Amino acid sequence: MQEEFNEIFLKYHDIISLGVYGTAIGLILIGLYAVLMKKNLVKIVIGLTIIDAGIHLLFIGIGYINGGTAPIFSPGYEDAAKRMVDPIPQALVLTAIVIGFAVTAVALSLVIRLYKHHHTAKIDQIKSLKW
Amino acid sequence: MIAVIIIIIMAVLLLAAAIYSVIHRDLLFAVLGTGIVSLILSLFFYLLQAPDVALTEAAIGIALTTIIFIITIRNTTRDEDEIIDKENEKL
Repeated sequence: MQEEFNEIFLKYHDIISLGVYGTAIGLILIGLYAVLMKKNLVKIVIGLTIIDAGIHLLFIGIGYINGGTAPIFSPGYEDAAKRMVDPIPQALVLTAIVIGFAVTAVALSLVIRLYKHHHTAKIDQIKSLKW
Repeated sequence: MIAVIIIIIMAVLLLAAAIYSVIHRDLLFAVLGTGIVSLILSLFFYLLQAPDVALTEAAIGIALTTIIFIITIRNTTRDEDEIIDKENEKL
């Protein structure tokens, strides 16, 4: 299954890379729309997670090499380093996923505190300068 | 050719789930939409030869993020425009 996918990836590489980059940029634009245009605080945090997902997909798409294999050494495949995809963006994205989860948790705790104080979660009704 | 069709279907599903989670008024359904985004994103990571990232995204993106969003919705409001909740308070 995976080797068959690799052969087809070689053949249709332009279409697939265009699809991956287009999907990543589309996710970033959709998340940016949610952050800028929505009034509800929970919807704004949802937009932030969608921007996160788009950036992760963009990094993995940049690190992908035409017809490469996963960057894992195993017995019998010692010469696999010639065909591996770039492992640096994968390590960065692996860290960024965990950091993004922590940022989401902090933002949601701030949303809960704001709701408990103002009894609303819409940013156009929160008008006091300090709380 | 089948792989290209699978990739295109996954891309369309990913963008559709993202748009659904942005425009839906019920916040619980919107959060489930972000869970679908993470699911299809982990399939993308597997096809782009990043299995460790796919596992982490499946665990954190689908389970933990959805759980903390649902805890937040339980402590705040479920309706985006806060119309239903204010009618319930009057009743």
